[in-house]
Amino acid sequence: MKKKVLNIIVIVSFICASCTDESVESYAPTPSALDTPKLFDDNIIAPVIPNDNAQTLEGIALGKKLFFDPMLSGNNTQACADCHAPQNAFSDAARFSDGIDGSLGKRNSMPLFNLAWNYDEKFFWDGNTFSLEHQAFVPVTDPLEMKSSWSDVTQKLQNHQEYPSLFEQAFGTSEIDSTLVTKAIAQFERTLISANSKFDKFLLGETELTPEETNGFNVFMDEARGDCFHCHGSDKNPLWTDNAFHNNGLDETFTDLGLGAVTGDPADNGKFRTPSLRNLAFTAPYMHDGRFSTLEDVINHYSEGLKSSPTIDPLMKKVAQGGVGLTEKDKADLKAFLLTLTDYDFINNPDFNQN
Amino acid sequence: MKRFVLIILITIAFLSCDDTGNEIIPSTNIVFNFTHSWDGTEVTNADFNTIKFTNEKGDNLSITKLRYLISRITFIGAAGEELKLSGYNLVDVTNNSGLTYDLQNAVPSGSYKNVKFTFGFNNSDNYNNNYQDLNSASWNVPEMLGGGYHYMQLEGKFENNTNAEQGYAYHAIRAVDNSGSSPVFQDTFFEVNLGAVDLTNNSTITIEMNIAEWFKNPYTWDLSQLNSALMPNFDAQVLMFENGQNVFSLKSID
Ligand code: HEC
Ligand code: HEC
Repeated sequence: MKKKVLNIIVIVSFICASCTDESVESYAPTPSALDTPKLFDDNIIAPVIPNDNAQTLEGIALGKKLFFDPMLSGNNTQACADCHAPQNAFSDAARFSDGIDGSLGKRNSMPLFNLAWNYDEKFFWDGNTFSLEHQAFVPVTDPLEMKSSWSDVTQKLQNHQEYPSLFEQAFGTSEIDSTLVTKAIAQFERTLISANSKFDKFLLGETELTPEETNGFNVFMDEARGDCFHCHGSDKNPLWTDNAFHNNGLDETFTDLGLGAVTGDPADNGKFRTPSLRNLAFTAPYMHDGRFSTLEDVINHYSEGLKSSPTIDPLMKKVAQGGVGLTEKDKADLKAFLLTLTDYDFINNPDFNQN
Repeated sequence: MKRFVLIILITIAFLSCDDTGNEIIPSTNIVFNFTHSWDGTEVTNADFNTIKFTNEKGDNLSITKLRYLISRITFIGAAGEELKLSGYNLVDVTNNSGLTYDLQNAVPSGSYKNVKFTFGFNNSDNYNNNYQDLNSASWNVPEMLGGGYHYMQLEGKFENNTNAEQGYAYHAIRAVDNSGSSPVFQDTFFEVNLGAVDLTNNSTITIEMNIAEWFKNPYTWDLSQLNSALMPNFDAQVLMFENGQNVFSLKSID
């Protein structure tokens, strides 16, 4: 991707160079390559950036402003950031988030980070939307969320004092449409990179783990104990998710079919996208429906609380006994390890906070 | 996970037309095609997720996931000279990816007395490299088991002795016993010999994996005993290695 970004830079600068004398049309926004972490560059494939929406300084700044702006909602009261707040790693603390008129959705808000590394680009808990650009179309008109219409939103933005010139700077046109709004938001979202937790520093050789954290990591990696790594990443896959869909044994019958409702295949019922384990300290409650309020609840689920159903993942072992049956010490250490994936720099990064 | 960058490099010069004729043999567009069966009946991902197979022991089972790694494809010419391709291919039957592997014009047409590849990675490939595409596919083996990569993940459900559905995860890696103070390893990657081939331009070499073989020969696999946590199970890994010997065959060349 570095290469791709470079190509784009080269192309953009070529375009700039080639039209230096046509004064007015020569404007191009400033390329701003993603600042990808060393650990990601070393271990995993490059992030996904669509060819038709290169990262630019102006685009990112505009996207950030839009992300924090309640003007995107029907009654100007709710911004994306209300349900995706920086201090919650861009999730929120509620089990279900209220929309602008207090109606509740049926799913827990998702944290937003490292989104450009979701290689299959299937977004939402059930993967129903392809690409970040398309995702950003959804909340604005969702009646349970921002309950607006795009004609309304674009008109409000068009009549605003600043926005037309910000779009001009970002995209070379002051004519605002929904596509440009979603492009800008997606650019901002791609900059939300979290890779500076204690465990990241450990992997870079900059810090040590405690004996408890080390044992917790071993529980996570041990097929005979936690066996979490087959779905939730590892030291070699520092996203801490496979971004794939699994049934991790929450229910015997499903009120929310998850992936099954999207594909229409009963074999997908009850499957949801594996969430990243980064920043769990900020993202409670847990699971697609926010049913667990603590990490102890989550660990007890995997240890003793598994529910059998036809689509439960084969990796959920010993379902008949409720789960893998971790010792109290292993449970406590597993939690200590999970918390080493907390990235305080991420939630405090001024680039990601409203200022 | 969609596109694995397939890097094929010719590592050993082959048919070096240097000394005698300057005969130029045209490179051909050779493709490997991976197909799967259960004792002769074709299996694709459309057959996944339902209990429809019966293994040698008599257990009914389903497949929910199948992916495996092959590497080091080698063509052996009439005089025994070897054309070794580096690179590897992750065949992901679940997601229909990696089922064809394009050799990128690296192989000239002609007659070869054998074609072989490695199931999994040999030790130098397994431990000396950090493969970004495989890491992204969560294909790693934990460091506590020596690190490196999986060779295969075959998962599904079987009907156990109480007729309840139970999961199995038949994961093949290099056998390791880490119960002692230092781990003891045994190699479990293996070479698959497909036999002689005649290649013309645009040949497709179709390989078949008979999935049933993993449960059959010489060890009649007993899922009630060996179903999960098999990675740290040294003996289970050796049994997989033994059962794997006749899993692959050359189906056709078109
Ligand atoms: C009322 C609360 C609410 C608002 C407002 C909201 N979201 Fe969300 N967001 C959610 C919930 C809940 C989910 C998960 C929904 C699901 O999976 O069905 C979600 C999911 C997402 C995802 C998917 C993340 C992933 O990894 O798949 C993205 C991206 C996102 N929101 C961005 C936005 C943007 C951009 C806005 C503003 C235009 C926004 N959200 C406004 C609640 C909200
Ligand atoms: C078979 C794949 C799989 C395995 C193995 C697995 N998980 Fe999960 N995990 C999931 C999926 C899928 C979800 C989301 C499920 C849902 O919401 O319906 C999840 C959710 C979670 C969450 C909630 C995160 C959030 O933001 O809501 C935590 C924490 C978690 N898992 C930890 C673990 C731990 C610890 C282990 C090992 C003991 C483990 N998981 C093993 C697939 C897996």
